Amino acid sequence: MNLDFGQIIPSLPFILNGILVTLRFTVLSALFGFTLGTLLSLLKISNIKPLRWFAEFYTSIFRGTPLILQLALVYFATPQLIGYKITPIEAGVFTFSLNSAAYSSETIRAGIMAVDKGQREASMSLGVAYRPMMLDIILPQAFKNILPALVNETIALLKDSALVSTIGVLDLMRRAQVVAGQTFLYFEPLLVVGVIYYIMVMGLTQAAQVLERRMRRSD
Amino acid sequence: MIRIEHLVKSFGPLEVLKDISTEVGSGEVVAIIGPSGSGKSTLLRCINLLEVPTAGHIFVDKIDITSPKCDILKVRQNVGMVFQHFNLFPHKTVMGNLTYAPMKVKGLSKADASKIALDLLDKVGLSEKADQYPSRLSGGQKQRVAIARALAMEPAVMLFDEPTSALDPEMVKEVLEVMKALVKTGITMCIVTHEMGFAREVADRVLFLDGGYLVEDAPPDIFFSSPKSDRAQQFLEKVL
Repeated sequence: MNLDFGQIIPSLPFILNGILVTLRFTVLSALFGFTLGTLLSLLKISNIKPLRWFAEFYTSIFRGTPLILQLALVYFATPQLIGYKITPIEAGVFTFSLNSAAYSSETIRAGIMAVDKGQREASMSLGVAYRPMMLDIILPQAFKNILPALVNETIALLKDSALVSTIGVLDLMRRAQVVAGQTFLYFEPLLVVGVIYYIMVMGLTQAAQVLERRMRRSD
Repeated sequence: MIRIEHLVKSFGPLEVLKDISTEVGSGEVVAIIGPSGSGKSTLLRCINLLEVPTAGHIFVDKIDITSPKCDILKVRQNVGMVFQHFNLFPHKTVMGNLTYAPMKVKGLSKADASKIALDLLDKVGLSEKADQYPSRLSGGQKQRVAIARALAMEPAVMLFDEPTSALDPEMVKEVLEVMKALVKTGITMCIVTHEMGFAREVADRVLFLDGGYLVEDAPPDIFFSSPKSDRAQQFLEKVL
């Protein structure tokens, strides 16, 4: 066993810069994903059948095929199909948002269904329209219930973001591979980014716990 | 104030309300009683369209709420409802519960809505709970807040769906006291209840439902002392 971390020290700033890339990628995908997922979940509980069918079909497509395939399709097929030269980061955020929306829509739907139907009736009886009822009364309670599940989804997004290294985004994972290629050392840079991923996930978990405690104030 | 004409409500093959017609005058207090499953709650919930009638017409303030052209949100602003299980918004404080709809639906300023809310909280005797969350209140307090929340919209009609059925016995009285005070204000009230003493005391009329039919419609002294139908006699023998 001979590990030589000394040789990769000059490359450390290069690797650390990848944290920002990975974080920005995850945050954007999570934001777009949850927003789209919320809209999809509303379609899934709608009374209009074609809307429900669309949302369910959408979910089945993204759950039924590998994420890395979806990523490759969006990145390589977009220029061929519509002539737009999509950047790797755009392709990544786009694919991950669509994919995350499919998964989170199921979670959010379950969260909405779990809110007591009396809440809906009370809002209706006060003359509150559908939109403010959903935004102010139902969704806040739904999100509170499913917060742990949404944190899991965000953690999955953060770790799966390593897949975008396959289309050339200079994220943490890709940077480790670049350093490995330059120094011919594989174990050290991969171990370093492994530790970084782990610390980021732990940080996210902690932040979620603080948030959850804050939201439990009304209990 | 409310006129119901040949109201029918079915859930799939099950007909819950069968050809009900009646009227509730302005300022009148009507108690709706009957065995469980007789359609009392369904009748009440048709009046603010929480249940959509299968056939027939309901007029609230001369507006046909069963007409497809009717703006049901407008009608509901004018018809307050109190539920058996309170249905307070758990993520809002008592104050938040009372001011939400007046601000969101009627566009009142926060100051105006708060003023109405504080006034109502004072009337139901819960001023000191304004900043509490509902989870910190007892059942009776929750129901009083729920009554205040409905009143904050300043409705012309109040519907009560078994308002004391989910309460511990010692809390029933405080809610009934609030309702009695409300009767004196002259607001139109429809109350589904199992509190026969209360119905007898405050109601101008009693509607007795059984099996989806409106079996009796009479003033309380007549209904409780000499009910016409066998079904009402049997029912009263069991509950009184």
